[in-house]
Amino acid sequence: MLLIECPWCGPRDESEFSYGGEAHIVRPPDPDRLSDDEWADYLFMRKNPRGRHLEQWCHAHGCRQWFNVERDTVSSEIVRVYRVE
Amino acid sequence: MSISQPFRLVGGGRIDRRRRIDFRFNGLRFEGYRGDTIASALLANGVRTVARSIKYHRPRGFFGAGAEEPNGIFTVRHAGVEGATVPHAPGTLVELTEGLDVQAVNGWPSLRFDLAGGLGWFGGMLSAGFYYKTFMWPRSAWHWYEWAIRRMAGNGRAPDAPDPDRYDRRNAVCDVLVVGGGPAGLAASLAAARAGARVILVDDQPELGGSLLGARRELGGKPAIAWVTNCAAALADEAEVTVLTRATAFGFYDHGFVAVLERRTDHLAPHRRRGPRERIWRIRAARVVLATGATERPPVFENNDRPGIMLVNAAAAYVNRYGVAPGRRAVVFANNDGAWRAALDLAEARVEIAAIVDVRPQPGGAFAARAEEAGIQVLAGHAVVDTRGRLGLRRVRVERHGGGGATDIDCDLLAVSGGWNPNVHLHAQSGGRPRFDEARACFVPGPSVQAESAAGACRGTFRLDACVREGAQAGREAALAAGFRDVGVISAPETDEEGGTEPDPTWMVHSRRARPRRAFVDLQNDTTAADLELAVREGFESIEHIKRYTLLGFGTDQGKTGNVTGMALAAGALGRAPARLGTTTFRPPYTPVTFGAAAGLSTGEFHDPLRVTPMHGQHVEQGAVFEPVGQWLRPWYYPRPGEDMHAAVVRECRAAREGIGLFDASTLGKIDIQGPDAAAFLDRIYTNDWSGLTIGRCRYGLMLGEDGMVMDDGVTARLGEHHYLMTTTTGGAAHVLAWLERWRQTEWPELRVRFTSVTDQWATIGVAGPRSRDLVASLCGEIDFGPESFRFMQFREGVFAGVPCRIFRISFTGELSFEINVPADYGRYAWDRVTERSEEFSITPYGTETMHVLRAEKGFIVVGQETDGSVTPIDLGMEWILSKKKDYIGRRSLERSDCRRSDRRRLVGLATVDPDEVLPEGAQLVDEPFTFLPAEMVGYVTSSYWSPNVGRSIALALVSGGRERSRVHASLQDGRFIAADLVSPVFFDPRGERQRG
Repeated sequence: MLLIECPWCGPRDESEFSYGGEAHIVRPPDPDRLSDDEWADYLFMRKNPRGRHLEQWCHAHGCRQWFNVERDTVSSEIVRVYRVE
Repeated sequence: MSISQPFRLVGGGRIDRRRRIDFRFNGLRFEGYRGDTIASALLANGVRTVARSIKYHRPRGFFGAGAEEPNGIFTVRHAGVEGATVPHAPGTLVELTEGLDVQAVNGWPSLRFDLAGGLGWFGGMLSAGFYYKTFMWPRSAWHWYEWAIRRMAGNGRAPDAPDPDRYDRRNAVCDVLVVGGGPAGLAASLAAARAGARVILVDDQPELGGSLLGARRELGGKPAIAWVTNCAAALADEAEVTVLTRATAFGFYDHGFVAVLERRTDHLAPHRRRGPRERIWRIRAARVVLATGATERPPVFENNDRPGIMLVNAAAAYVNRYGVAPGRRAVVFANNDGAWRAALDLAEARVEIAAIVDVRPQPGGAFAARAEEAGIQVLAGHAVVDTRGRLGLRRVRVERHGGGGATDIDCDLLAVSGGWNPNVHLHAQSGGRPRFDEARACFVPGPSVQAESAAGACRGTFRLDACVREGAQAGREAALAAGFRDVGVISAPETDEEGGTEPDPTWMVHSRRARPRRAFVDLQNDTTAADLELAVREGFESIEHIKRYTLLGFGTDQGKTGNVTGMALAAGALGRAPARLGTTTFRPPYTPVTFGAAAGLSTGEFHDPLRVTPMHGQHVEQGAVFEPVGQWLRPWYYPRPGEDMHAAVVRECRAAREGIGLFDASTLGKIDIQGPDAAAFLDRIYTNDWSGLTIGRCRYGLMLGEDGMVMDDGVTARLGEHHYLMTTTTGGAAHVLAWLERWRQTEWPELRVRFTSVTDQWATIGVAGPRSRDLVASLCGEIDFGPESFRFMQFREGVFAGVPCRIFRISFTGELSFEINVPADYGRYAWDRVTERSEEFSITPYGTETMHVLRAEKGFIVVGQETDGSVTPIDLGMEWILSKKKDYIGRRSLERSDCRRSDRRRLVGLATVDPDEVLPEGAQLVDEPFTFLPAEMVGYVTSSYWSPNVGRSIALALVSGGRERSRVHASLQDGRFIAADLVSPVFFDPRGERQRG
C-alpha cells in the first residue's frame, strides 16, 4: 500500500485516495475544431510509461482535493507531490 | 520413558512435563505435553505415517519441524467448538492444546490402507501435465473425472458451520521493524532500541530464539539459550519496543508496509480464550530488518519421501526442543558441516547413528574428530541412492558418489541435508531480486529496493557469531537511517563455531544402475525430478511455465523445501546455471492466512455501511419488504396480509394514479451548489441550458461522460441568485459529487462555485396522484397551490405542518406530484402528519417496485437500467435535451462517427403479442425464432413489468435501429420465444396532461 503525501493533510495510506490517471490532460478549448482522431486522442489515449509518471490523485476520504503526483511505476517511489495550479 | 510416549526422551526439551495434554489423531487418543506441537507429540507416540501424498497416495511422515513442513498437513478442530476448523494446518506449527481433534487430510479409507495407493504402480501415466493429457477426452466427461480427482486429491475440507471466532486488525507505525526473533533479529532489535528507535519485533514461534530453540549451541561460553533469555528480558525493559510472538510477517508491500498475522488464542484451551482469535497488524515501518533465517533443503534421490526421512535440523529440533527421538537408529546424509553438528546432538540423545554419509571426499571439518570420538561410522564420498520400507523407513542403500560399492544399512530415521536456502521471500516481495551465490550454492538477497536490509542466515550468513554481529550492525544502521543517534559498534558474544568447509552443491544423487523414477523434489505436490526433466524435454524453458506444468512450489507450503532445488534441477536440464534461470515470483502470503483474519471485523452487518432514511421505522411498522439500493435500504413494496409481491404492487400502482401514493424519496442524492459561477458551471456539466432558469423553477438535467455516454440524471432547482440544489440518482450521488469537484478543481479552477452534499440533511416525501394537491395544501397553509400559481416544475419554500420545508412540483410518475423536503430530523414527524390523513385522502405508501412500474408506464429512463455506460442521449430518443447553443461535457463525442451509426441500439417500447406475457428483463431479442446458434442479437429488454394502469405487460428495450423494426422475438433461457411489437416507450398519458394538471 502506497504512502501518499496529501499536500493539505500530510502522509496517509493509499486507501484514503482515489486514482485519476494521467495528469495535465487539458480539455481542448474548442472541441469542434478537432478531428475525430484528435478528439479520440484527448479522450482515450494515455501514457503508460515504465518509470516516471505524472498522475492525478484525490484525497477522497479526506479533504476531497485533487492534486498531482510524480510516481515511478516500477518501484512505486513517489518522487514529488504538487498542487493543481 | 513413558509407555504412552515411547519415543519421548527422559529429559531435555522446552516442554512442560508436568502438564499432560490429551488429544486425538484420526479418532485415536494420544497424549503429549504443554510445549509440544502436533508433530512432536505424534512422533513421541511413535506415529510415523501421518499423511498420504496428493497424487500417488504414498505414505508420508513429518519432514520438517516448522513452516517448511510439506507433508504433515491436518484438519484441526477442537472438541466442542463448532465451526472452529482449520482445514489445512501444518502439524509442525500447531501447539498442542487440550481437546485438539486432528484429522489427516488425505488417505481413504485410512492412512495405513489407502485404496489409491496403487496409483504409484501407474506412475508413468501420472507424469507432469497428466491432467492436461489424460482427462481431455471425451470433453463432456470432465465433470466425472473432476469428481473422482477431487475425491482423491486436495488438502482438507472446509468447515460448513459459520466461523464462531472474532478477528481484528490493527494499524501500527514504527521506526525499525525486525522480522525474526533468532540470533540476528534479537541483536538487531536491541541495537535499534538502544538508539532510541521505536522497534517492533515479530516472530512466528511461541517464544523468541529462532533456530537456537532447536539447537544446542554456545554463545560467550554459555548456552546460547541463556543469551536469548537475556535479550528477551532486555527488550521487555525497553519502553519503545513491541515484541509480537506467534506472529508471522506474511507480506512486504510498498513504502515499508508489512502485514503481520498474529495468532492470539489458538494455543490456549478453548475455555481460556479471550478476545479475537487472530489479528492482522498493518505496520508502516521507516526501516525493516529482515532476520528471517534459512530453510534446510533436502537432497533428491530415489524414494526420498518415506516416513522416517526428515531434515537433519528438524530431527535435531525434535530432540533438543521437544525431547523426542524421531527414530532409534539413524543414518545422516549430508553435504555440509552443519549437519554433522546435528548428528552429534542426536547421538548425545542416545539415537544410534548408524552412519554419517557425506558426498564430499573430506567432510566434517572440526566435527570429524568428534564423530570419530563418538565411534560413528563415516562414509565420505558416498551418497544414499535408494530406500526401503512400505509404511516407514527400514533400510537405505548407500553407494560411492559417482557409482559403485553399494551397501545397505538398516535404520528407521534418515536425516538429510542438502544445504540451506535463505528465506529471501520478504526481500523479494519488497521488490528486491535474489541473486544466486555460487560459493554458497543458494539464492541470497540482491540490492535493496525499499528501506530494507537483511542480516544473518537469510542473507546467507550461517556462522552463529557472524549472525549476531550482522544483526547488531543492521539494527544500528537501521536506527541511524531512521534518524536516531549512532550507538557505535555493539559487542557480540563469541561462539564455539568451527570454520567448516564449503557445502558441495549437490542437488541430486542417483545410482548408476537405474534412472530415478520416484525421486521427489516437491513432496506436497508429488513433483519428481523426472517430471522436471519431462517438462524441459517437452519444450518448457521459463521457470514460471515449468512451475505451472509440474506444480513445483504450489500448495500450502509454497515449496519451501523443494522450490530452489527444483529450479536448480530444471536449470541443469536446460544446460544453464541456476543464476541464469532465476526464481519464480515470491508472492505474499509467506504462510497461509485465514479468511477470517483477512475479513477482520468487516463481516455481517459491518461488511458495508447500511444507510436508512429518517422514516425507516415507519416503513418497518407498515410491514415493508426492503431492497438494497447501493448502501441504502429502501422499501420495495408494502404487502398487506395475504398479499404477494404482485398483488401489493398492482394495488400500489393503481392507488398512485387514482388516490394518493406516498413515497420515501430521501435517498436521492442532493448536492447544494453555490457561487456566482454556478449557472455557468451547470451549463458545462449538463446537456441543456441552465443560464435561463429563473429563481423558483426546476429543470430536468442529463449528465454525460466526456465520451458522450449518459452518466446520471436528476432535477435541479434554482433556489436563489447564486444558489442551486441538484438531485442525483440514489446510487450515483457520491460519484456525481466527485465528478463535479474534479472538473472544478482540475479544469476550471477559475469558476467561483462550491459543492456540498446535503443528502443526509433533508428527508423527502413524495406524494403523487390526482388528490395530492389537496393533501399538501391542507398541511401547508401559507403557500398558494393553485394550478396557475404553483405550476409544474416549480419550487416553493414554506412551512409544512409547522416545519420549514421546500416543496418541488416535479414528477417521476407522470401524475400530479409534489416532493416535500423537510430537515432530516423532522422526517419521521412529517411522514406521520401525512399518514394520519390516510383515510381522508386514501393514501397508499408505495415502494421502489411500484415507482419503477409507474415511471416505465411513462417511458422515463432509469440510469443504470436503460443505460449501461454505452448509451447516448440520442440512443434514448432524448435529442430534445441537447443544447445546440453551448459546449458541454460529452458534446463533441456525440459527433463521433460511431455515435452517428444508424444501427445503434435505440430505446423503444415493447408490447408483447400476448398482453399477459411479461418478458424477463435482460432477455435477448432476435428477429425470428431460431433453432441453431449463432443467431444475431438485435437488442435486449431493459425494463419489463405488468402494468395495472395500462392493463397489459409493458417493456422498454434497446433495439438496433430502433423502430425501423416492427416486431422482435425475445429468446428465453428455456428455449421459448415471445413475440413483441415495437411501440412508443410512453404507454400512459402520452400527452403528459396529468402531471401538468
